[in-house]
Amino acid sequence: MKWFDYIAPTTLASTLVHLDSHPGAYLLAGGTDLLVQLRAGRKQTDLVLDIKNVPELNELSFNEATGLTLGAAVCCAAIHDHPAVHKHYPSLAELSSIIGGTQIQGRASLGGNLCNASPSADSIPLLIALGATCRVGSSKGERDIPVEDFCIAPGKNALQPGELLISIHFPAPTKSSGAHYLRFIPRNEMDIAVAGVGASVVLHNGAFKEARIALASVAPTPLYVRAAGDSLKGKPVNAESIEAAANIASAAAQPISDMRGTAEYRRHLCAVLTRRALQAAIKQAQELQ
Amino acid sequence: MSEKYSVIGTRPIRHDGADKVTGRALYGADFQMAGLLRGFILRSPHAHARIQRIDTSKAEAFPGVHAVITTKDFPQVDGTKMVDLGEGLMPLAYARGNVLAGDKVLYRGHAVAAVAAINAHVAEEAAALIEVEYEVLPCVLTAPEAMQPNAPILHADLTTKELGENTGKVSNIADHIRFSIGDTNAGFEAADLIVEREFNTATVHQGYIEPHNATALWNTDGRISIWCSTQGSFVVRDATAGILDIPVSQIKVTPMEIGGGFGGKIPVYLEPVAALLSKKTGRPVKILMPRQAVFEATGPTPGSYMKVKIGAKKDGTITAAQAYLAFEAGAYPGAMVVPGAMTVFAAYDLANVLIDGYDVVVNKPSTAAYRAPGAPNAAFATESVIDELAEKLNLDPIDLRLKNAAKEGTRRADGPKFPRIGCIEVLEAMKNSEHYRSTLTGPNRGRGVALGFWFNIGFPSSCTLNVTADGTVNLIEGSTDIGGSRTSIAMQAAEVLGLKAEDIHPSIVDTDSIGFTAVTGGSRTTFATGWAAYEAAQDVVRQMKERAAKLWEVSPDSVTAEKGLYKSNGHSIGFKDLAARIAETGGPIVGRAAVDPRGAGGSFAGAIVDVEIDPETGKTTILRFTSVQDAGRAIHPAYVEGQMQGGSVQGIGWALNEEYFMSNDGRMMNSSFLDYRMPTALDVPMIETIIVEVPNPGHPFGVRGVGEANIIPPQAAIANAITRAIGTRLTRLPMNPPAIMEAIWCQKSSSPHS
Amino acid sequence: MPSKTHVQTTINGEPRDFLCEPRQSLLEVLRDTLNMTGTKEGCNDGNCGSCTITLNGRLVNSCLVLGVEAEASQITTIEGIAQGNQLHPIQKAFLENAALQCGICTPGFIVATKTLLEKEPHPTEERIRFFLSNNLCRCTGYDKIIKAVQQAAKEMSA
Repeated sequence: MKWFDYIAPTTLASTLVHLDSHPGAYLLAGGTDLLVQLRAGRKQTDLVLDIKNVPELNELSFNEATGLTLGAAVCCAAIHDHPAVHKHYPSLAELSSIIGGTQIQGRASLGGNLCNASPSADSIPLLIALGATCRVGSSKGERDIPVEDFCIAPGKNALQPGELLISIHFPAPTKSSGAHYLRFIPRNEMDIAVAGVGASVVLHNGAFKEARIALASVAPTPLYVRAAGDSLKGKPVNAESIEAAANIASAAAQPISDMRGTAEYRRHLCAVLTRRALQAAIKQAQELQ
Repeated sequence: MSEKYSVIGTRPIRHDGADKVTGRALYGADFQMAGLLRGFILRSPHAHARIQRIDTSKAEAFPGVHAVITTKDFPQVDGTKMVDLGEGLMPLAYARGNVLAGDKVLYRGHAVAAVAAINAHVAEEAAALIEVEYEVLPCVLTAPEAMQPNAPILHADLTTKELGENTGKVSNIADHIRFSIGDTNAGFEAADLIVEREFNTATVHQGYIEPHNATALWNTDGRISIWCSTQGSFVVRDATAGILDIPVSQIKVTPMEIGGGFGGKIPVYLEPVAALLSKKTGRPVKILMPRQAVFEATGPTPGSYMKVKIGAKKDGTITAAQAYLAFEAGAYPGAMVVPGAMTVFAAYDLANVLIDGYDVVVNKPSTAAYRAPGAPNAAFATESVIDELAEKLNLDPIDLRLKNAAKEGTRRADGPKFPRIGCIEVLEAMKNSEHYRSTLTGPNRGRGVALGFWFNIGFPSSCTLNVTADGTVNLIEGSTDIGGSRTSIAMQAAEVLGLKAEDIHPSIVDTDSIGFTAVTGGSRTTFATGWAAYEAAQDVVRQMKERAAKLWEVSPDSVTAEKGLYKSNGHSIGFKDLAARIAETGGPIVGRAAVDPRGAGGSFAGAIVDVEIDPETGKTTILRFTSVQDAGRAIHPAYVEGQMQGGSVQGIGWALNEEYFMSNDGRMMNSSFLDYRMPTALDVPMIETIIVEVPNPGHPFGVRGVGEANIIPPQAAIANAITRAIGTRLTRLPMNPPAIMEAIWCQKSSSPHS
Repeated sequence: MPSKTHVQTTINGEPRDFLCEPRQSLLEVLRDTLNMTGTKEGCNDGNCGSCTITLNGRLVNSCLVLGVEAEASQITTIEGIAQGNQLHPIQKAFLENAALQCGICTPGFIVATKTLLEKEPHPTEERIRFFLSNNLCRCTGYDKIIKAVQQAAKEMSA
């Protein structure tokens, strides 16, 4: 690799000062994407800012009323180890145990996965399904971006120069809700998703009160298919409604053919995975009544 | 474990165990030395191009750089000189060309120049400053395309050898070979049913976890020392000497521990480059291959296009078999199509056989051996067709094979008659296995079987044994240990000497310290180097008898030795006690042997696999897998099982997910472990093993090499299982989820009820 | 030439310090600077696990950690697994089960197994395979590795 300088700020304020004066700097959380990209020459920088010592970016706290705050740099293993996550967001706990493998999870952060903005990112469909928002900060102040608006092109996120992702916020869980992320990979672990679906549901009296469905790997960015979730509102929890939602999701996909799969295969997988993800989310909602 | 043996058949802890589980074992990349520079190789971005100009000046001027080399730095020697550097006869220009490109680059990743610098980062940065002007040429990536008359030509001096005769015709077809017996036309006439299918297999890599490495020191006295991870230290010595045009005696190769090879660490890539950099800098130079270069620029196994046609009578008797095998050699000739042709029908006793094999160059890295090279490709074809015959004739697939099984006296199409072999025994063990007798129930599930044969090789090995005063023995040998062979070799010496395995201390030494020893490969190590140890041990026994005779003042002929106990006329003494007396009876005892055994026994291997297919995604789950193999005699059963399990899982990866994804312009798009998908622990079940022992009459303990044959049957066995699970047959490897999904869709759309 | 960073860590319970460039991975530092070559390089991009260590109690691929990130950290490598002159039960189990052939992946598997069994003393076969899926082995087909882990689990919880 070419030489780069390394700074590990200990406050958010100083991090923002560095960002302002070095627009080409990259933020380093887990490094499981950034270091690979720097080594392969896909990214270049002369300054790496290690954010793992900035308190706001390493927060992991739950509040019954306001929900879960997940700092951008918190690694998957820490998410998976947190009792409140297991209790209130079991789908998130499960997600953080399937990204990469154990060693990757020891470093990789969901914030980094989100900022990397890969169309095939495993975390993003579930973050969208869970209705998460991104707390973004700069020296000028803070703002919120819904997760579904955070990725704007392959590898490109909505952060403006001088901005960084501070944390991801998840609303407090509601009764009778469930969520699940399901991906298709050729092996059983360690693969980039050929297609992935994040689904969340809120049930009431045997019907869908709300649903959110998002797709990975079948569009230039993770795809929030609002229509698929909306199609379930008020519908009974049965195979027909699920199938209809799955078809809407699949029709909304804009997959390409590449070495990981053909467009036709990916579109087909969207329908299958949407159905299966919804079934898992429903099961969770029914069990956690 | 056998009653007649004390050590053979037991499971001692391997001698290098303590080092290997504590991280103390030193592999090639671990080598350190004062003044070490690091090397980095610049590689071609193009699959086929002429090199117009290389300007290394900016790299040479980069701070921290000590030297830059290109092909110009090779001693200028006639490139048409024919050399055999362990891979068969070839022009020196080819051997050199693969190490550093001459006037053309022939695959993406082809080495073009090399930098030696104070550390790896500096070397890599400097290499990026080397300016190379290429004239990009069209590339060709598959054998059928390369065989077309208007295909881009890789070598202007490569002419086709047609059935042994040089045709003088410039082509990408290096060689067309043929094996035949009898009359296949008549044979097919006599058949009640003929099945003919076409098959394609993608390029796959051996996938060893340790990348290639080499350190070289060109010393002030002109002697070159090399430390590397290799399957053949003598091959490294001879190949490096050949490429650099220096006498072999000038080079000493010290083999470090090796992190996997499977055939891929037989060719040299880095050693001559490191040596030249060392010559230019006066410092030792270490080069480590990055993983991407391992995929793009070492020796994967050939991709292939094959046609197999087999005819049989209603009762399953095969009347004729024909094969067309076109193997991709990669950039330089030498695709393993001959072993593929030797093994394609070898498991069957056939009167009428016709096999045509083509060795075809394409713009991909130059292929190397991968565990029974050529045979897995060929068996995928044959064993799929055999299975289809069994289905159509409504015969049990193992019974069909038993009906036609090769046996002692069967003549193979490539000439030799089989001596005592275990083909029938392996098939019967498969048939009687608990796995095969169990019922497989459930939708989308299927069971498949397949059979494979590998001839195994002999070739020379040497061994020295030094008896120490405490009755233990130091065993000196030259076979690098990739799977526990130092222990299986030590066990054979221990058996002869009447000692425990722990009493033998094996060392694998450099090329100056042991007699010539051929590669660790070809399933020869336990067989041949074990035999050398056996002979060396007999030499020790003979000398020990003389010492006992001296002590007792009897004739040496009157002394008997059995399991380490020496006796004569009422006297007796054990090995350890006798060893304590060797100083006073004549001095050190050194046993030695050099062997070149001809009696390598072939090994048959079978696979039984149960699969379940997810009909909505095409994903295959391996439910159960049994590997059956004739080991002749399992010296150390745990490591024999290990070979069977390892080869089986490589076969599973080959069958289901592994392939080189090539872009149209010849770039491998998945040159990392992320997208070159080898099985993880979560992808396979326990691999059951059944060791069959039909002793090889050609070895003192009956050993047949086991390293290779087990990778031959899994691909076809899985294809056959998938066929029974989904009702349609795949004929292309890998059978990945999209391919299986496609097959399911095709079947649905052609079904009358779709 | 820009200057190196001085990093202070604890490795296998002992204070160790080193100089490194920011672009050097912890794997490089361990192997090339500290001469701790037990941790291996297989791919340098986090996909094979042969560089596995623990960093502040978490299992990580050291190829994806920068040397400079290790400041004030606790690191465990394969060199710290044996107990003085005695092999750890995991190491013994690997040898007794012939769970290694070429041995290059073995240090990574042993470090990973120790973390697994300390967190989950009685893992199922499925759970072992899942936890170890970031560790690639090409020689053994995993069978004997899993058996070694199961044996070690029994011994460690006895």
